[in-house]
Amino acid sequence: MTETLPGAAIPNPTDEAAITAAVDQAIAAIAGAGTLDELKAVRLAHTGEKSPLSLANREIGKLPKDQKALAGKLMGASRGRVNKALADRTAELEAENDARILLEETVDVTAAPRRRRAGARHPLSTLQDRVADIFVGMGWEIAEGPEVESEWFNFDALNFKPDHPAREMQDTFFVEPPEAHLLMRTHTSPVQVRSMLERELPIYVLCPGKVFRTDELDATHTPVFHQFEGLAIDKHLSMADLRGTLEHFARQMFGDEAQIRLRPNYFPFTEPSAELDIWHPGAKGGPRWIEWGGCGMVNPNVLRAAGIDPDVYSGFAFGMGIERTLMFRNEVGDMRDMIEGDVRFSEHFGMEI
Amino acid sequence: MTELVKVGFEEEDVHRPTDTLQGPIVVGQVLSLVKEPQTNGKTINWCQVRVVPEGQEQTLTGDGIDPSGVQGIICGAHNFVEGDKVVVTLPGAVLPGNFHISARKTYGHLSAGMIASVRELGIGEDHDGILVLSRIGLDPEIGTDAMELLGLYDQAAEINVTPDRGYAFSIRGVAREYAHATGTTFTDPASRVTAPAELSGGYGVKINDDAPIYGKPGCDRFVARTVRGVDATKPTPPWMVSRLRLAGIRSISLPVDISNYVMLELGQPTHCYDQDTLSGDIVVRRALAGEKITTLDGKERALDAEDLLITDASGPIGIAGVMGGAATEVGDSTSTVLVEAAHFDEVSIARSRRRHKLPSEASKRFERGVDWHVAGIAAQRVVDLLVELAGGTADQAGTDVGTAPDSVSIELPEAFAAARIGIDFTEEQIVTSLEDLGAAVERNDGGWTVTAPSWRNDLETKEDLSEEIARLVGYDKIPATLPVAPPGRGLTRVQQQRRRLIQALADAGLTEVLSYPFVSKAANDTFGVAEQGANRTAVKLANPISEEQGFLRTSILPGLIEVAKRNHSRGFRDLALFESGLVFLPGGTVGTASIPPLGAKPSDEVLDGLYDGVPDQPFHLAAVLTGHDSPAAAGHTPRPWDWADALDLARIAGDVLGVEVLASQGSHQAFHPGRAARLSLRNGDVVGYAGELHPKLLAASDMPARSVALELNADALFDAAPDVIVARHISTFPVATQDVALVVPAEVPADDVLAALREGAGELLEDVALFDVYAGKGIEEGKKSLAFGLRFRANDRTLTADEASAAREGAVALAAERFGAVQR
Repeated sequence: MTETLPGAAIPNPTDEAAITAAVDQAIAAIAGAGTLDELKAVRLAHTGEKSPLSLANREIGKLPKDQKALAGKLMGASRGRVNKALADRTAELEAENDARILLEETVDVTAAPRRRRAGARHPLSTLQDRVADIFVGMGWEIAEGPEVESEWFNFDALNFKPDHPAREMQDTFFVEPPEAHLLMRTHTSPVQVRSMLERELPIYVLCPGKVFRTDELDATHTPVFHQFEGLAIDKHLSMADLRGTLEHFARQMFGDEAQIRLRPNYFPFTEPSAELDIWHPGAKGGPRWIEWGGCGMVNPNVLRAAGIDPDVYSGFAFGMGIERTLMFRNEVGDMRDMIEGDVRFSEHFGMEI
Repeated sequence: MTELVKVGFEEEDVHRPTDTLQGPIVVGQVLSLVKEPQTNGKTINWCQVRVVPEGQEQTLTGDGIDPSGVQGIICGAHNFVEGDKVVVTLPGAVLPGNFHISARKTYGHLSAGMIASVRELGIGEDHDGILVLSRIGLDPEIGTDAMELLGLYDQAAEINVTPDRGYAFSIRGVAREYAHATGTTFTDPASRVTAPAELSGGYGVKINDDAPIYGKPGCDRFVARTVRGVDATKPTPPWMVSRLRLAGIRSISLPVDISNYVMLELGQPTHCYDQDTLSGDIVVRRALAGEKITTLDGKERALDAEDLLITDASGPIGIAGVMGGAATEVGDSTSTVLVEAAHFDEVSIARSRRRHKLPSEASKRFERGVDWHVAGIAAQRVVDLLVELAGGTADQAGTDVGTAPDSVSIELPEAFAAARIGIDFTEEQIVTSLEDLGAAVERNDGGWTVTAPSWRNDLETKEDLSEEIARLVGYDKIPATLPVAPPGRGLTRVQQQRRRLIQALADAGLTEVLSYPFVSKAANDTFGVAEQGANRTAVKLANPISEEQGFLRTSILPGLIEVAKRNHSRGFRDLALFESGLVFLPGGTVGTASIPPLGAKPSDEVLDGLYDGVPDQPFHLAAVLTGHDSPAAAGHTPRPWDWADALDLARIAGDVLGVEVLASQGSHQAFHPGRAARLSLRNGDVVGYAGELHPKLLAASDMPARSVALELNADALFDAAPDVIVARHISTFPVATQDVALVVPAEVPADDVLAALREGAGELLEDVALFDVYAGKGIEEGKKSLAFGLRFRANDRTLTADEASAAREGAVALAAERFGAVQR
């Protein structure tokens, strides 16, 4: 690298033509620099201490006084032009350089590894929350209770007579010793009884939770499953209120097109009792009514068991299976998929249903 | 029959013999039968069978139908002779099993059809060869449609009867319901039987119940009728056999079939005794200690003092309403039949049936309730059929003892049903509906007095009547109104905490699963309680699905590990699973010795007893991690899960609830002895464990080594969560950081040193963190070096280097004092 142009004479700082030629030479060299390194050499050659312009500039001091101002002005403008050209070219080359580096850093975004897992909720748990939220939105509260329960709360308080076939049809798990009258709740209805005993009237509660029946696990049965039951106790409630509540809920759950149907049925704890069907337009094999749950007006004996006067208050109750709801809503074909804990089942749903 | 669903009877199935059986199937007469011995040792019959009356033309056409009206048929059975009338399945017929009949060459002849057995027709199990019609008492014209003759065009709808409607276990009951559902006129089949108003002078019967249950006599009516000269071997007419079969009842013998038929028709179970095997009066009484009976099914049964029995001088001859005794049953030689039609208490029958595990058609009806008034009619109907079909002669004398229960009268206030159902019923709707049920309705001042029909033991209250009115008017007429609940409070604190906890674990990348709470005793012993020698109690089930898994979980981990294993065996090696739910921790008191009756609020004391008897069931959270934190991929090396991850999750659980979860070196039989943390709260309460599972346990359960787990009593965390979090002042003055390396004995827990630094540094300390642990070269054996970064900041000024250093020295001094820590 040379600091002066070989053989270059020192131009006269008052010689405008010579100075302009030096400037033009410098600007041409700057424009010709293809890399930042080349530009650095050009900068030294044309603006370094021994460059013609610097040397010419130094000559100004030796000039007579009357020429100094003119030469100063000429040299200032000339060096300014060179410096500007240098700065511009530097910025250009730096931008080019940056762009090249970024280009070189290009990756295949399609080959990105998954470093974190998104977790997943079990859809039964997600669905249970969604159901609860609909009722909470209606001003209802969520009530809970134990899964091992006193027989009285599970049966007698709900008007199951001790020797009635309905009691046996519940396929109950009893706790050892049977004389202690403990069992695994066969429905979440004992929570209704507890709510009636513990809460102020009126009562509007939803009781979701696990329930137990002595069924072997197969494609449509499981000994452990989930229910949600609703209970409303107030003055002047009728079956029309029950229907209205269920209809509202069904529409929140399945859309405005949802329809429900009530059919006579029997439960010891309600009178009248009804089976609840829901119209499922998207059912596999064509639209049809699907059995969804049971409901009815709370039997006065149930109110009496909780110390509520059936001549003043009436109420309605309903109960649906969460597994069943998930099965027909989300087309789950086999009960075991929901039970076995295969990660593919939960992960397919993620946090949603 | 699907109309029945409107009134509450769900149709489960329709039974139609024609689904599997199609004609032409006709009556034929064997004109000739040539026995042809075969080389295989068998002899076959080459038969000419007339299937069209002589002189008439064959109107059927088709492959294999002989226009002459006589079919040539090969038959392997030998229980018939020339002249017998038989059932011929002609070419074109289809038999059960999708067996198509066609003309085919066999044994050197063209066999054009088949002479059928009951088995081939799908109407019996008889192996005795083909059905010879004369043997079932039939002599139909040749060419008669045999399907018609045998009742094979009959159909039955199978409906689901709810347990309150005993009356619907009969055609009498269902027909009435069908009329309700369709508007068809109903004729009570009971009204077509003429029974004498009074009976006397019949077989001696005494009702002697000295131990009624709930004060209700076990038997309150016993009708006994005698029919003599019965031929019990006479065949049961095919129409009756067909109807019994469609109802799921096998034909046994004519008297038994008649008894069953009348039960199906009228809902009253009856029993036929061979009267000649009875000795002395019949006495209905409770069993005596040590009594035994051999029931009709041939089993000897020990009787319980609560069993209601039919007895004679010889002892028990039947368990009342459940099953008769073998010694007095009717047989082929029976000629005098004593017909019993009795009325028994529901509870008494239910208990005997349960006790002896004898669900019978009779007990099914009695325990749901049978019409007291139909007993005499049913007995008469059995008598009539025995006379008509079995050639018997009825005695004029008969027995009818017992007392009718009071009829049930219900006051129905005028506006009650409308208020309860939400339909503005007209008076006519109310009265007509109730009368259609068979109730007597009488107008009174404020409404109606309704007398329930004798067959409706389920009607007791005005609510019951409201349901009946709604049911008959139609549930589809109920309008929809939406009641408005009072302003609520939303989810409770604990409900929100539970959701947040579950969501936090899922957000941390774990997958939520569910497992059953049924575990083995060993699993509870391993996972349940950490403290050695602690009393490990668990709830045991009286009737578990599997004896091996006969206990309820005291920890979620055994079930969760099973789930992890299942996933592992399905090829998923990297797992991060969690489950939350209740565990069952019985304390001293389990349950209550008795429970209060229904329909009344128990006293506070009794209620407290019920509450206290229910075992503690805290809400737990558990997680199991195995394999790596993420799938291996190009440019990414997954990290194996380790003990610290389990701890981290426990801390996250605490963090999202605003509760500090402290870890200390723990000891739990399910965990690696050196890699388990006991988790506790500030107040010292232990809330769980986290760390690496015990290598032996992992090996024994085929789980990958180094799998880690965590279990927390989440309820304890919820309890410890602050009600209100008080804001902290955020200082904007600069931070002063200082590092310190301390050499301490190897066994000193880092967390303890950290606590000492925090305490010794005073209030200027903003944060302190362990950033390096080193042992080895340059460090004395038995010691380790812990490097901490300390951050100091004041609320009101910029700290000087001297202030920060002084605070650090204070921290180091306390660590030195407590653990002999020396600065490196």
